[in-house]
Amino acid sequence: MTTRHDTAAPPAKGGAAPGRPPGDAVSPEAARKRARLSRRWQRDMRWSPYAFVAPFFVFFAAFGLFPLIYTGWASLHTVELTAPTDMAWTGLDNYTRIFDDDFFWNAAKNTLTIGIISTVPQLMMAMGLAHILNYKLRGSTFYRVIMLAPYATSIAAAALVFVLLFGRDYGMINWVLDSVGLGKVDWQNDKWASQFAVSSIVIWRWTGYNALIYLAAMQAIPQDLYESAALDGASRWRQFLHVTLPALRPTILFTVVVSTIGASQLFGEPLLFDANKGASGGSQHQFQTLGLYLYEQGWVNQHLGRASAIAWTMFLILIVIGLVNYVISRRLRASS
Amino acid sequence: MRAARNRSARKAVVIAAIASLGAGLLAGCADDGNDEDGTSSGDSSGKTTITLGLFGTMGFKEAGLYEEYEKLNPDINVEETVTERNENYYPALVNHLTTESGLQDIQAIEVGNIAEVVETQADKFVDMAKVEGVQPSSWLDWKWKQGVTKDGQAVGLGTDIGPMAICYRKDLFEKAGLPTDRDEVGALWAGDWKKFVEAGEKYKKGAGKDTYFMDSPGGLINAILSSEEEKFYDSSGEVIYKTNPAVKAAFDLTAEAAEKGLVQAQTQFQPAWEQTISNNLFATVACPPWMIGTIKGKSQPEAAGKWDVAVAPKSGNWGGSFLGVPKSGKNVKEAQKLVAWLTAPEQQAKLFAVQGSFPSAPAAYKLPQVTDAKNEMTGAAPIGDIFAKAAEAIPAQVIGPKDQIIQQGLTDNGVILVTQGKSPEEAWENATKTIDNNLEK
Repeated sequence: MTTRHDTAAPPAKGGAAPGRPPGDAVSPEAARKRARLSRRWQRDMRWSPYAFVAPFFVFFAAFGLFPLIYTGWASLHTVELTAPTDMAWTGLDNYTRIFDDDFFWNAAKNTLTIGIISTVPQLMMAMGLAHILNYKLRGSTFYRVIMLAPYATSIAAAALVFVLLFGRDYGMINWVLDSVGLGKVDWQNDKWASQFAVSSIVIWRWTGYNALIYLAAMQAIPQDLYESAALDGASRWRQFLHVTLPALRPTILFTVVVSTIGASQLFGEPLLFDANKGASGGSQHQFQTLGLYLYEQGWVNQHLGRASAIAWTMFLILIVIGLVNYVISRRLRASS
Repeated sequence: MRAARNRSARKAVVIAAIASLGAGLLAGCADDGNDEDGTSSGDSSGKTTITLGLFGTMGFKEAGLYEEYEKLNPDINVEETVTERNENYYPALVNHLTTESGLQDIQAIEVGNIAEVVETQADKFVDMAKVEGVQPSSWLDWKWKQGVTKDGQAVGLGTDIGPMAICYRKDLFEKAGLPTDRDEVGALWAGDWKKFVEAGEKYKKGAGKDTYFMDSPGGLINAILSSEEEKFYDSSGEVIYKTNPAVKAAFDLTAEAAEKGLVQAQTQFQPAWEQTISNNLFATVACPPWMIGTIKGKSQPEAAGKWDVAVAPKSGNWGGSFLGVPKSGKNVKEAQKLVAWLTAPEQQAKLFAVQGSFPSAPAAYKLPQVTDAKNEMTGAAPIGDIFAKAAEAIPAQVIGPKDQIIQQGLTDNGVILVTQGKSPEEAWENATKTIDNNLEK
């Protein structure tokens, strides 16, 4: 949306029409008419752009900004879901409480570990897949569509299938492990096994999506770079290392940021993986993420004040992560 | 060269950004199965439409009660909206009540939530005690009291209850060398849950490793706690679950049964637990009438008639609901009439015949739908009479607003851990820590 700043300049002093050289023989009526028109035109030029962007900002204020601020206000109170209008002021108590809330830190730790074991392999696999699909293949479109299929399925459906696969007594995975003599794994109750299982749902769902983003970026790399690299005798692996990766740097950064934000808000997969159909993330909270803990406090235990404080703390953590990302990316850009 | 690379890289980022935005938009458009629909009262034919908000399968429609009511009252049209699980239904109901919007003319309330609704939302409901034809004496005393505030306002009228017996497999009992006649079986453990666990040890000696005595630790602790007069709250409304010896005793007895391998390491209503029904892996389950329906739904056909029903060591209640009428409805008067009719003994008996929801009105226990009741799973067992006796022996238990959260903590963050090899002490600590954090405002 560009505006013509030269024409939208504020009118000359006095607010009248722009000064005209005298001696121009125009009837006063026509001059007045022209002045009125030009005033209207100027107003139009100046204010219309705002009108055009207004709908978004009005919606954002109503559905984004207001809830954000109201959540902040609620987090300073003791307030229950059963009576959301009865607020008792507690100041920063909900925040200071978080520091010695073992369940919060347990959830934070789980979010971090699940985030790492889901994001890192996911992006590496996506890169590999994109690299393979970047070669001339028969039916490449077919493969690209297939890759997006997991992303298009609903989390709920996917998670339910995974829960059945990972079942302790009747799950297919344990059946396979058992038949090759490795013994059964208690996927739901063992800490690392359950986190791995939750991560596998995330990886399955998002690898293809990231691969397509990488692929789009790879297609934008000029072919002659590869040709000259090949002339210099670089193997395909070397080409990947020295041509593809540097060119993909901004894209990689983008996927890392998006995946980090996604991982820190992880919710659906662990919720549906919980055998107790609750938000406690396993009987010992072994895969309860921050998103799950927030949901449990707010909607299961009905403590809106505490949940709001958790939400804001998560928001601040995300901002810090964003800043770290920003600093790293600046460094990277400066070094290239 | 470098400029070109930068430009293409920027292009890539733009493409990526657009892709992710597009994905976000698509996700935003995804329909997440909203199960509310607009209600209108009065349609083209001039009828008044009464809407009910229900959860699970309450069965009014299946039992043909709406049709019957519409025949009796030609100017009324009854519709229902059903949410599958109470876990999803209840938070939405609380939201609607606090904002007084989006409510149906009649709302169902589960017994696990009734105390909280009575305590915190009573002013949003009309008083059902004042409705013509409603007599407190029509209901079991404890059931009536659960729906009533301190100053006597009836927030909801009782629909069904869940008097508990013990369903057991005759064939597995026989293999293990235990009696199979229901009176003898009941005599094994009459009056004391400890005897029930002792019977379990006898069973294990006889049956070996292939099957378990009971389905789950959650089922056992729930059955024991339900037969107590006080469990998590005292009569003044204080939380006493940690200091109440009855709770600790129930926990320890269940933990002992888990350590001895008498209960399966399962959580009730999970797919794996349902599989153990179809594989005949356990011999007993704490059993309100509706549980027979669950067993029937998950069993192989050849299991029909192999179950029988014995009296539980002590009677307790598991499940049941209430119907309340929110003040903000458009058709409060008509809705009250419908609730009074639906919860009358005759209708409750019809519901039991079709749905297995046991009546909370003692007058229904004399009606043929109850006295003649049989179920194909339990063969000739006179289940109507067995459950009616159990219902009359249920103690008037003190219930509290957070009963469900405490119960879930003791089960899913407590006794289940013992089946996974943790010590009872560790399990108790994990459960109490979780519960205390969940209760803290």
